[in-house]
Amino acid sequence: MAKAKKNKSTRKADIANRMPLKLNPKRLDPETSDEAINVLIVGVGGQGVIMVSKVLAQICQNLGLQVKQSEVHGMAKRGGVVFSHVRFGKTVWSPTIPKGKADVLVALEWAEGLRWMDYLRPDTGIFITDTKRIVPPFACRSRILGADIGYLKDTPDDIIGKVAETFAIDATDMAAKEGNELAANTLLLGALSTTLTFSNEVWREVITQMVPPKTIDVNLSVFDKGQKWIEGSRKGEPVEGSAFIPLVQPEDHPVRTTLSIIEEWCKGCDICVKMCPERCLTLNKDQVVELADPEECTGCHICEWLCPDFAISLNPALNPPPNPIVQEAVA
Amino acid sequence: MACFKCFILAIADKYDTLYLNLIKLMYHIIVIIDCGQEKIMSAKAEQVSVTAIKTGITHQMTGNEAMARGAWEAGIKVASAYPGTPSTEIMENMSHYPAGDIKAQWATNEKVGLDVAIGGSFAGVRSLTMMKHVGLNVASDALMSQSYIGAHGGLVLIVCDDPGIHSSQNEQDSRIFGQFAQIPVLEPCDAQEALDFTKIAFDISERFDTPVMVRSTTRICHTRSPVLVSPRVVPKDLGFKSDVVKNVMVPGHARARHPFVIARLARLAEELETSDLNRIEMGPSDVGIITASMSYVYVKENLPDTSVLKLGLSFPLPKKLIEDFCAKHDRIIVVEELEPVIENQLKAWGLKVEGKEYFPRLGEFSPELVRASFEQAGLLETEENTVIPAFEPLIRPPVLCAGCPHAMSYTAIRSLDVWVAGDIGCYTLAVGDPLTAIDTTVAMGSSIGNAVGMYLAGLSDKPIVATLGDSTFLHSGIPPLIDAVYNDANITVILLDNHITAMTGGQENPSTGKTLRGDQTHKLDFEEMIRACGVEWIERVDSYDAGSMMQTMREAIAYRGVSVLIADRPCVLDPVKIKGPTMTVDSKDCNACQGCMNLGCPALIWSDEWYEGRHIVKIDPAACIGCSMCAQFCPTGAIQPTVNSKGEKITPCGGA
Repeated sequence: MAKAKKNKSTRKADIANRMPLKLNPKRLDPETSDEAINVLIVGVGGQGVIMVSKVLAQICQNLGLQVKQSEVHGMAKRGGVVFSHVRFGKTVWSPTIPKGKADVLVALEWAEGLRWMDYLRPDTGIFITDTKRIVPPFACRSRILGADIGYLKDTPDDIIGKVAETFAIDATDMAAKEGNELAANTLLLGALSTTLTFSNEVWREVITQMVPPKTIDVNLSVFDKGQKWIEGSRKGEPVEGSAFIPLVQPEDHPVRTTLSIIEEWCKGCDICVKMCPERCLTLNKDQVVELADPEECTGCHICEWLCPDFAISLNPALNPPPNPIVQEAVA
Repeated sequence: MACFKCFILAIADKYDTLYLNLIKLMYHIIVIIDCGQEKIMSAKAEQVSVTAIKTGITHQMTGNEAMARGAWEAGIKVASAYPGTPSTEIMENMSHYPAGDIKAQWATNEKVGLDVAIGGSFAGVRSLTMMKHVGLNVASDALMSQSYIGAHGGLVLIVCDDPGIHSSQNEQDSRIFGQFAQIPVLEPCDAQEALDFTKIAFDISERFDTPVMVRSTTRICHTRSPVLVSPRVVPKDLGFKSDVVKNVMVPGHARARHPFVIARLARLAEELETSDLNRIEMGPSDVGIITASMSYVYVKENLPDTSVLKLGLSFPLPKKLIEDFCAKHDRIIVVEELEPVIENQLKAWGLKVEGKEYFPRLGEFSPELVRASFEQAGLLETEENTVIPAFEPLIRPPVLCAGCPHAMSYTAIRSLDVWVAGDIGCYTLAVGDPLTAIDTTVAMGSSIGNAVGMYLAGLSDKPIVATLGDSTFLHSGIPPLIDAVYNDANITVILLDNHITAMTGGQENPSTGKTLRGDQTHKLDFEEMIRACGVEWIERVDSYDAGSMMQTMREAIAYRGVSVLIADRPCVLDPVKIKGPTMTVDSKDCNACQGCMNLGCPALIWSDEWYEGRHIVKIDPAACIGCSMCAQFCPTGAIQPTVNSKGEKITPCGGA
């Protein structure tokens, strides 16, 4: 933990300041552009990706533009990847954006932004992302000692130079401070609005229509925050909500837990074999338990606590179990 | 009403038991009335919003919304379907239209859905059913005969394919089914066409006396684009027309109808020669593209000025129109997703066309894929591939929700060491890490039959278990269960009853006691029904109770014969999103054994702290619903209900 805190303070410096930003960039104008304008919105199920894309599509519809918005859902509710393509302009054919042709990529989650990076236009693409991490359970699966979280190690520093413009905003944190962390998607809409020519009135009107009535105020307020963040960082002002806290690296871990079995005491009752959550114990040909798969053992102590003959112990001298209340757990 | 509830609760606290019970009873009655009213009100609000859509101007609609709208505008009166991604929202949208306009209902499976629609057609009203591609396999039995019978009132099937297999078990091309059943197949390319073609399908159905298929794909179903809407026009009820030679398919009648089917298709193909369902956009004569459906927009994206023949139907085809088009161009390329359905028909006529040598038969098309194929065909210059180098993507497979009762069911099954025949539903996700508790999954309702076969084959190293959900069981799990009892198989069936059709987003089914429109109806009793099938060993267990689940499963497996264990817990998302007081990990008690992580719960993640070289676990309070499953597996008791500011544990019952 100490390490993390230290990193946070040293990295407080605004990331956006170190990027080659244009002060008054040309905004994307669907009225004058021959090609359709492509905005790709990505995130994880439940974050509000579809809401963001619906707001954008509704604005285009209100302004009489051609617009297609394509999403794939089904498995999305179950913590999966969600993405929504929004294309608008004078003529729109394909509902999906070809790789390398997205003008703006809006990511509601850090790793999801990186996943879709190859959709951005390499020369002019604008990357707007929340620095929020949603760690999937899959990233916490390794049982190897000292294993790190299986989440991307990339930081905004790794992206600079690859993308024309990057805005990594701690949107969830900022929205939480305004009273509702779920409004992070509206904050990113505010950031997105600075890249397009639509007027603020149009944005605010559609957001007011689309969000639940109770949350209109907080949504409009974070929308402004998003706009101000981009404007501030373009001017090079230090802006709130741009710290990026790196993942904690594994510490040096103490010696590996070892399982010692007193063979003479084991009567082969099979209880530990059946109850081992990692299934790393077996009975050998003499009907005595042995650790068949030492790599799989997590040192949970269940076998030790369950053994009616006290035949199993886990590194007793080095690592006493922290709180041996067993009865409740097995009852 | 809310204030009245508070008032009753307030006095309930003050009075003695006798009064208290009376008051509690009143409270429950009020809650029921209250809920009923809210339901009615919300249903009304939805109805107004859909039918009050201004006609004559465009609205943003998904393909699914547009097809529902198209059917309503066409004046349909009967709609019946079983949910299946990506077709589910068509029926859900249907329920937003007034009950007086459309009798819309969930069917127990796709064949029932089609049979109900056929019945509507017999009775002389326009009728609709819809399904995903694999649903058509189930409904195909009725379809093959109905093709001979034809349609009295318009009869349309909307079939939604899933190229790229976003949420299915295969990517079969349903257009081939159209050819097989000898019925016309319309292929819209966007939401506007989805609406228009649905309406036209009813017209074709009635004029040509045929069932008609409207074939959509996931991309069309789930893409919003502008749609121009019109008012509803209801055709005159035709009433039942008694005609046994046409309506009763006995061999003699069927033999007489078959020539009609062939002639009907020829008549339709003839009319299509001049129909504006097909569109020619002429360009230079060097190359012509023949395409349909979503492929058309990808062609236009890449080659906006090339000659295109956009077909409205992929079966039957207008031969002369196509031959003329081919004659006007030096080279003809057919662009179609999945199977070469159009291409093969043209090749059978002896036309020299290209297609699948450049375009893959697998997966979903995208503008860049179609571009690459055109490059390969020499129609486009190879574009320099300047994309930002991709970062290594984070593996984020779909997972069972936090608090999903299936997680406990499969954790228990995994501990048993058995062969598991799985089925179709959310619970198919238990095939992945960490639950890894499913050995086979074939199709809806296959699990029990598969298990019987495994038993018959003499698989005896491990016990055999079939697992399937409530809605899948009602869809097609009952006949195999009867078969298992009838043939005396030694298997265990675990019925994962989460009180809803969850995978497709929470639809009602006969065991929920509610209809599509939310009205109360008969609630099917699983135990009664399973007992009636001849099963003698039946137990119902709370899925959240680890101890009972594991113990009862052991007993079920030990039973010789067919045993059925009903794992009972409502889905955490539907019909109500469940969110209770959360659990917390006391990091000083956690020994990082990772036992809880075996549930695969998305609320359980690693913290920044370590114990003996492994991450201590933490619980994301935003995701946790407080189901307590992880706490039941914690050997050190480190997972406990969250403590409030007064130091009391917050539990669903209130205090400590």
